[in-house]
Amino acid sequence: MNSLNYFFLVMFPYISIAVFLIGTIYRYNQSGYKVTSLSAQFLEGKQGFWGTVPFHWGILMLFVGHMIAFLFPKAVLAWNADPTRLIIHEGLGFMFAVAVLVGLGMLILRRLTNARLKVVTSRMDLFVEFVLLAQVILGCWIALGYRWGSSWFASDLSPYLWSLIKLNPQADAVIAMPLVIRAHIVCAFSIFLIFPFTRLVHLLVAPLHYILRPYQVVIWYWDRKRIRRASTAWSDARPQNN
Amino acid sequence: MDIRSQISMVFHLDKCIGCHTCSVACKNIWTDRKGAEYQWWNNVETKPGTGYPTKWEDQDIYKGGWEKKGNDANGSGNGQATEHVIKLKGAGKAKGLGNIFHNPSLPVIDDYYEPFTYKYLDLIEAKAGDDQPTARPVSLITGKTIDIKSGPNWDDDLSGTPDYARNDPNLENLSPEEREAMFQLEKMAFFYLPRICNHCLNPACVASCPSGALYKRGEDGIVLVNQEVCRGWRMCVTACPYKKTYYNWHTGKSEKCILCFPRIEAGLAPACMHSCVGRIRYLGVILYDADKIEQVASSDEKDLVQNHMDIMLDPNDPEVIAAAKANGVADSTIRSAQASPIYRFVKEWGMALPLHSEFRTLPMLFYVPPLLPVMASLGKANKSQLDKMGPVTKQWSDDWLYDTSTEEIFATIDQARFPLEYMASLFSAGDTEMIKLRIKKLMAVRIYRRFKTVGDISEQKATEALADVGLTAKMADDIYYLTSLAKFDDRFVIPAAHREEAIEMMEFTGDNKGSAGFGFKGGTAQRGL
Repeated sequence: MNSLNYFFLVMFPYISIAVFLIGTIYRYNQSGYKVTSLSAQFLEGKQGFWGTVPFHWGILMLFVGHMIAFLFPKAVLAWNADPTRLIIHEGLGFMFAVAVLVGLGMLILRRLTNARLKVVTSRMDLFVEFVLLAQVILGCWIALGYRWGSSWFASDLSPYLWSLIKLNPQADAVIAMPLVIRAHIVCAFSIFLIFPFTRLVHLLVAPLHYILRPYQVVIWYWDRKRIRRASTAWSDARPQNN
Repeated sequence: MDIRSQISMVFHLDKCIGCHTCSVACKNIWTDRKGAEYQWWNNVETKPGTGYPTKWEDQDIYKGGWEKKGNDANGSGNGQATEHVIKLKGAGKAKGLGNIFHNPSLPVIDDYYEPFTYKYLDLIEAKAGDDQPTARPVSLITGKTIDIKSGPNWDDDLSGTPDYARNDPNLENLSPEEREAMFQLEKMAFFYLPRICNHCLNPACVASCPSGALYKRGEDGIVLVNQEVCRGWRMCVTACPYKKTYYNWHTGKSEKCILCFPRIEAGLAPACMHSCVGRIRYLGVILYDADKIEQVASSDEKDLVQNHMDIMLDPNDPEVIAAAKANGVADSTIRSAQASPIYRFVKEWGMALPLHSEFRTLPMLFYVPPLLPVMASLGKANKSQLDKMGPVTKQWSDDWLYDTSTEEIFATIDQARFPLEYMASLFSAGDTEMIKLRIKKLMAVRIYRRFKTVGDISEQKATEALADVGLTAKMADDIYYLTSLAKFDDRFVIPAAHREEAIEMMEFTGDNKGSAGFGFKGGTAQRGL
């Protein structure tokens, strides 16, 4: 049992992160063209709205919440010190989890029942959806059954994750945790493991650079003025614009 | 001044016979692929009609194009200080990123049509029996048999029908009586509207793309989607008010008309233009001032169409030529601009108008409005005229007549079969005077030609008609030539393509200069040691 724990809570995180990094970089270099999520809104939009919107906003918030507890455990503990704030924190988190659960359920249903969507659905798409579903259900179970997660995440899980990063894994506290929580952790690293092979990669190409870009884009093949100049005739660098 | 050149087009609607040869030529070359079956980069619509996708002109549904919010600072409409007074209606930085997970204004496949084919093999492989074998339609998406609800050109020639013509968004400004008059069986008319990407100066698709995959080519102004950069966020489909960017459901990328740029670069006309049976299409280069784009696009509604056309500069103006040269525009491009049929139709003769200028994307495709549906059957025939008719015509018991007389032609434009408001809604942002002048010009040239060829109109009357619309006999001759007699090279004045320079897009010609057969192609510096 201990060796199994050791494998899943110490070895497995390293394996999954390694696969995640190497796989993602490899995939982007090999077929960067395919780093998207193949939107199906064009084939089915109405039902999709009730799935994709709660799912995306919910999972985004949950991810941010987990990251905050991981990166700033002391601030989270300080916030949770007051019971009202703790309830607000946990309540919000659970609300987002329910949003993800509802949205994901809708998305899975849509993928399984809509004939047009089946055409653009791969087995991996469904697999990812079920892995995420399992992860959210585990998360909800933990939130309800092992209160208060936001506090013990900050005090016990955050140090464990940091110890992994520091290459000095300290898994004792985690190994002592209930099976549901350990399953949630392993499932989380599994998502990292399968990440490069799924449509999840689209979150790495979120178009945030749009905010800073001027609206219109004009591309010139080469700098017409400079390429005609005698001084550029023998230069190694072409007077290109892009 | 920042002078750039732009490939621009004129479609002469009076000549369009609606044969769809252009659409088929384009389809065969570019969109005969999985995921693109439903895409018609070139399509021809029957007007009045709802078009493709259904009711694309109704921006309350599709939220395409730009909209003007408030007025510019000095309120003059042509002044400075016009900082971002226009905004994308359904996309943009806030709306685009906020709706990134689900685009509420995205047209879905059913707004176009579900692509289909037929089970032709069933005709051959069906077992012998008492029934005639049939080829049932199957969806090209799911592969299952479907009942076809709609298809390409589903509303072709269906003017007057309740589902199509009467739902035309351009009827909005017409009174119920005017609409009813339009669709009386005896007066019913329609014309064709071929549409491709407008390769706008202020493209909403480019502005809406979160990935920055869409861009306008500096050299010729063609708007393209970089398939390597496109991530399928689908905002361009919403933003284009003409619905000329399409989402490929199979690749998950957007695609659009590329104006056959591989052909243009080689000095050939795009496939749709080359194959045009009616020779309605003209293509050429224009020069414009890129510094003015934002200001013109933000013009007040009443000045918009005129300012839009005024952004084209006179290619014979020495100042413009000097500025263009200083900006790196090639001499051959300037020469092409001087011979451009576009500049003549739009500016010199003032006969063409842009389609839906009010979307504020500054489209670079101009239309000569159709004369025939407007002018035909203007007045009631008198008894003596009817007596001269053959029996077939007489069976047409109504006394409306397809009137080709010229006596009262100008006076009767206002009673035209097509209300001018309808044409104005399409081509001049609602300005009926503008469209009226164009139709009068078309008529004046006809009167002039009738004087020349038939001779039953006096020279004085013909000259008067021309003078009335500001044309001269020389101009009328030129218009006649370019409309009716023009050869391929008159209709398509594509700059000499600069094939000799095109290689510079790929590599620097200086690298290999003087080393053909001698020396090292890789360059001495790269040999190592």
